[in-house]
Amino acid sequence: MNGYFHLWLIPLLPFAGFLINGILGRRLPKWFATTVALLAPLAAFGVVLAVAQPFFGIGKALSSQPWVETCPQAWINAAALHIDFSFVLDQLSLVMLLVVTGVGFLIHVYSVGYMHDDEGYARYFSYLNLFLFFMTVLVLAGNALVMFVGWEGVGLASYLLIGFWYQKKSAADAGKKAFIVNRIGDFGFLIGMFLLLANFGTLTFSEIATKLGQDPGWTGGVVTVIALCLLLGATGKSAQLPLYIWLPDAMEGPTPVSALIHAATMVTAGVYMIARNHVLFDHSPFALSIVAIVGAATALFAATIGLVQNDIKRVLAYSTISQLGYMFLACGVAAYSAGIFHLLTHAFFKALLFLAAGSVIHGMGGEQDLRKMGGLWKKLPVTFAVTTVGVLAIAGFFPFAGFFSKDAILYAAFLQGPNGRILWVVGVVTALLTSFYMFRLWYLAFLGTSRSPEIHPHESPWSMRGPLVILALLSICGGWIGMERFGGFLAPSVGVRAAEGGSPHLELILSGIAVGVALLGWLLAHLFYREKSTVPSTLATALPSGYKLLANKYYVDQIYGVTIVKPLFAVSRIFLGWVVDVGILGGIAWLLGGIAMLSGAILQRWQSGNLRSYAAWLALGATALLLFLLVPWSTVLASLSVLHFGLAGH
Amino acid sequence: MNSLFSQEVPLSWYLLLSAALFSLGVLGFLIKRNLITVFMSIELMLNGVNLSFVTFAHQWHAVKGQIFVFFVMMVAAAEAAVGLAIIIAIFRARATLAVDRIDLMKL
Repeated sequence: MNGYFHLWLIPLLPFAGFLINGILGRRLPKWFATTVALLAPLAAFGVVLAVAQPFFGIGKALSSQPWVETCPQAWINAAALHIDFSFVLDQLSLVMLLVVTGVGFLIHVYSVGYMHDDEGYARYFSYLNLFLFFMTVLVLAGNALVMFVGWEGVGLASYLLIGFWYQKKSAADAGKKAFIVNRIGDFGFLIGMFLLLANFGTLTFSEIATKLGQDPGWTGGVVTVIALCLLLGATGKSAQLPLYIWLPDAMEGPTPVSALIHAATMVTAGVYMIARNHVLFDHSPFALSIVAIVGAATALFAATIGLVQNDIKRVLAYSTISQLGYMFLACGVAAYSAGIFHLLTHAFFKALLFLAAGSVIHGMGGEQDLRKMGGLWKKLPVTFAVTTVGVLAIAGFFPFAGFFSKDAILYAAFLQGPNGRILWVVGVVTALLTSFYMFRLWYLAFLGTSRSPEIHPHESPWSMRGPLVILALLSICGGWIGMERFGGFLAPSVGVRAAEGGSPHLELILSGIAVGVALLGWLLAHLFYREKSTVPSTLATALPSGYKLLANKYYVDQIYGVTIVKPLFAVSRIFLGWVVDVGILGGIAWLLGGIAMLSGAILQRWQSGNLRSYAAWLALGATALLLFLLVPWSTVLASLSVLHFGLAGH
Repeated sequence: MNSLFSQEVPLSWYLLLSAALFSLGVLGFLIKRNLITVFMSIELMLNGVNLSFVTFAHQWHAVKGQIFVFFVMMVAAAEAAVGLAIIIAIFRARATLAVDRIDLMKL
């Protein structure tokens, strides 16, 4: 499969863009920075398309074998530990690469318009290219350690981009929060890797799969522990319970960043990681069920918070968490290809919704509060049209993309026996809530009359509208490939688990129910928000505790603050600060300094500062030496003793 | 007279003169307070040593001693140049040359 194109080109092209814009960006003319920033992901996308050919049987024979590229020099080679720097392209990483570079390129184009007047224009694009570099490394990784490099790298890029407007304290804080919360997840990933090394002696995904396959005795026990550690890593990166708290705050970053990193690509890395390690999870039913529970709980939990958010980006942020929960739910019922399918369609419609929200914010001059919008459909017709597509897609209406993927997940959950039914019910309720809060956003922002007449919104430039239209088309057609064909395509990577008891008839009924609840959600939103309705406020006053609970996001941030952050701060201040730093470290430093000063105070007495006394001592010393050397002491002593004995004799 | 002058001056006389010069130097160094006098005393000590070098060189017919004298003179010249420069700098800064009062390094 050797051609002109190599896998390492895919990460390297954005990296070159990062270097050029990162080092020279400020001195380069703007058009040049733009060209570099756009060419890098476009070229990477081109390379992905080129290397994808064998998988589709275009130009060459159809092949389902993974394409492996390994650096000839071992990366780490110490005793029994041997780790290569290797890239693997298979169906799974190919889908991810297409999303990352394709959607990534569209968002780069959009950013040209969105960030046009920003001072850090080149810096912004260098970070964005850096993100693409690490994300492609993560996706292409052939073993867990290479994946970890990309994993940490995207975390870094995310941190840099959330805190892009670092002059704003809230943005800088949000960046730190994201980074720290992700570290907790990374801890799980690291422990998982150590356990993998200890038990399998390798981190290469394919070798682990082979070893697991050879010995059917590998079930439960250590495999469960490894899988749960990896799951902890995934919950950090993919913003699942209990580590989801960083994602809503990450909305402090520029909106295209929210679209690319915090909706379409980076946050899906956890789902990808689980799918990549699916063999491990398949060998541990317990870990799998935990994945499903985490996913379902997160989906429902985040959706309820999303109901009452007033910031347009935060609604979308909670919606992202909720949709990621669906993907985890899919993985948890071993329907990995359904999860990846939802990842794909979600990348389209969520990127679309975020970019449309960015267009609204751009047009409103920075206003993000839904309560101050309204009636925008006349002013922003293109944005309105594409948002409508996005809302219909995420709510799961036929024939939009979200319908197919969400349906596949719910269907797979339903077939998992009695527990699966519970998951299915949770999924359906979430679908209802999703539909409701998305139409709520739609009504509040675009319909009715403007609630801020002093703002005169304007439609965004074509560099922003273009990507919106393309993403809207993808959000419509993205699901038409169908779960059957998509699952078949992915089967060599993630396997197929034959669901029992399924039938086209059942699937049709379930789809009907899903669309039914989506319609119900729309209807409710219509009743609540179509005209100036008193229903929402009446409901809020009728259920004050419930409303407050949701509006304050279940007080999770506060609970974490009291139970984790405060005690940690206290331990840091009292134990680390006073005992260790001031007491032990400071004490040792003072002790050393004290000894030096004391000995100096004693020794300085020797130094009179009187030149002549020094000279006198010198002369005395010289005289003493001379006396010692020149006087024949043995003779003197002998004569003295003679004298002594002579005296004694008499 | 003739016999007196035809006889060589004994070695010990040279050495005594050398020791006397050196001792004078030491004494001056220890007693005098003026930095320049102290400095001159050092020269005196060096020359006392030089004399004994030359004496022994003559006595043992070894040229090494005389060569050493040149070295000492050269070092003395260099030392005089540096030392005088320091003395001038000190005088400019402190307006005194009394060695007892130049003890800034002491706490």
